Amino acid sequence: MQKSRKWIGGVAAATLALGAFAGGAGAADTIKIGASLSVTGPAAFLGDPEARTLKMYVDDINAAGGVNGKQLELVVYDDAGDANNARTFATRLVEDDGVIAVVGGSTTGTTMAMVPVYEEAGIPFISLAGAVVIIDPVKEFVFKTPHTDKMACEKIFEDMKGRGISKIGMISGSGGFDKSMREQCLGVAGNYGIEVVADETYGPKDADMTPQLTKIKGTDGVQAVVNPGFGQGPAIVTRNYRQLGIDVPLYQSHGVASKSFIDLAGEAAEGVRLPAAALLVGDKLPNSDPQKAVVTGYKSKYEETTGQPVSTFGGHAYDGLMILVEAMKRAGSEDPAAIRDEIEKTTGFIGTGGEVNMSATDHLGLDLSAFKMLEIKDGDWTIVQ
Amino acid sequence: MMRRLMSNRLAVPAILSLLVVGLFFVMPSSFYLRVAALVWISALAVIGLNLLMGYAGQVSLGHAGFFGVGAYSVAILPAQFGLHPLVSLIVGALAAALLAFLVGRPILKLKGHYLAVATLGFGILVFMVIGNEAWLTGGPDGMPVPRLVLGDWRVRGGEAWYWITGALMVVGSWIAVNLVASPTGRALRALHDSEVAARVVGVDVARYKLIVFVISAVYASVAGSTLALVNGFITPDAAGFLHSIQLVTMVVLGGMGSVLGSVVGAAVLIVLPQVLTAFHDYEHLLLGFLMMAFMILLRAGIVPSLSAAFAGRRA
Repeated sequence: MQKSRKWIGGVAAATLALGAFAGGAGAADTIKIGASLSVTGPAAFLGDPEARTLKMYVDDINAAGGVNGKQLELVVYDDAGDANNARTFATRLVEDDGVIAVVGGSTTGTTMAMVPVYEEAGIPFISLAGAVVIIDPVKEFVFKTPHTDKMACEKIFEDMKGRGISKIGMISGSGGFDKSMREQCLGVAGNYGIEVVADETYGPKDADMTPQLTKIKGTDGVQAVVNPGFGQGPAIVTRNYRQLGIDVPLYQSHGVASKSFIDLAGEAAEGVRLPAAALLVGDKLPNSDPQKAVVTGYKSKYEETTGQPVSTFGGHAYDGLMILVEAMKRAGSEDPAAIRDEIEKTTGFIGTGGEVNMSATDHLGLDLSAFKMLEIKDGDWTIVQ
Repeated sequence: MMRRLMSNRLAVPAILSLLVVGLFFVMPSSFYLRVAALVWISALAVIGLNLLMGYAGQVSLGHAGFFGVGAYSVAILPAQFGLHPLVSLIVGALAAALLAFLVGRPILKLKGHYLAVATLGFGILVFMVIGNEAWLTGGPDGMPVPRLVLGDWRVRGGEAWYWITGALMVVGSWIAVNLVASPTGRALRALHDSEVAARVVGVDVARYKLIVFVISAVYASVAGSTLALVNGFITPDAAGFLHSIQLVTMVVLGGMGSVLGSVVGAAVLIVLPQVLTAFHDYEHLLLGFLMMAFMILLRAGIVPSLSAAFAGRRA
């Protein structure tokens, strides 16, 4: 008796595992959309708010009757930031789950690893990662929602040009974000008549950037300094900058656009300018701004549901999902190719990242107005007009 | 009977060939073919590492470094110098062998686990170079790998790679089994049982350890090249520390000193996360729990423990 009961338990467990592996042969009255996000691992700060946002809004859409009269079914996998995992999950979403569209890919690495799978299968894919390579050159089925580093550089240089600055110093870290943005900035500086006369770097664990900044301070003709950076580095740069008494304007990047930067840099952050998405300053936007309703709505919903402060990364997921849902409504079908065509026709969509106007040659659809130039005053953000 | 079967040099490659061929016919979609191909690739690297851990009694905590050398060889060499991917694969394997030789030669003369520390450093070094030299490797965002073209055949799709990786794994197991049965293998086993005894009967301990280390590096490099070719895109995490640990875990889980165990260990660690996605938030908890259960219940590793239990019941 004892033995047979063990057997039954074993068989039940095995069946359960097999069933789980085979995946539900989804009922035909739901529309399956997929996501492979870096919910855990080093990129969890991206993937976690993205996954929460997708789940939250898919539930919302379903409660309101779904899309085209059908309920959405969201399949989320956690690739832990590993490109090889992401590739496997992409294959699984396409081959096994039979999704008709995919949102996500938290990092550039995971996104690029998945691109060939979706391109080959003809499944529309809206990436949530930063780099320009994702959409340049344009790939038929690949779109993305976050602004690029290049746009952040352009926003900064545009602001500098307005202030009559033409010679700048640059200091950046050696991390992936820092390096990519540094290169983009060097690439577009010339377009704004700006010359980079000093270019210094620091290591990811450096606790003091005084030597690099002293060198910049000693360079002739530096009218402003840009710090494309991510993490703690920029806060240290900002503190050292004030300690050395450098009095030309300091620009930070959108990589530190969070309250924790102001906390870390303290009083030294006064007067620092940086480009950031509207989500950060939703309540400070003028009422006439079309983004105001969207960003304040998303912010309060996210913070209420999850009990955590809103992040721009979750906002990217909101934009991706909504662009997809709108396209599905316009297409009126579940044909991936038809949905792809409609995503490409997205115009005037107001998301947390800005106004999206896509075209056959632009699968991002954001322009520089997507960024607001902020200045830190009295420990808070203010919008530079 | 089991034991006699296992001692035959062709038994293990034959079992694995049957497995590769048999599994193909029950695979419902190319997603399953991909998972299987990933198992074969990891198994290849693990078979090599198992020679080092199971026979030479040394641990490498930087094997993903060699994996990365192979992977980035087939990415960089065709892009920069226009080499054919297969030539690049061989150059990568030679580079891995040379690196292993340079790292291992001074270290393996010492007694104890110095190799673990040295390889740990080596692995991190490779990872840092790949992450920092963005002009060459694409940095943390990774780089594309050109498709493998053999004559007129552009190798692509789940099926083609299933067969290629499966065949590579079988060949790898065949070489490993033969190596173990060769005079070198006998010396290695002697060394594993008692280093002092081996030295007394005239085995050049350091030399044999070095040989296995170099061979295991070549296995990892070839596996890395294959993965890069299958994916068509490679990121630095292939060479990362976590991947090294994963390879070591596969060896221990499957069973040290067992070629078949290497394949089982790789299969468990690659297939389980796919199965466990059904449990969502408890995925990692369950994975950890299952691995603990395996180690507590099957202490010598899955294959050796089970075959011992099987043999015991027969006797």
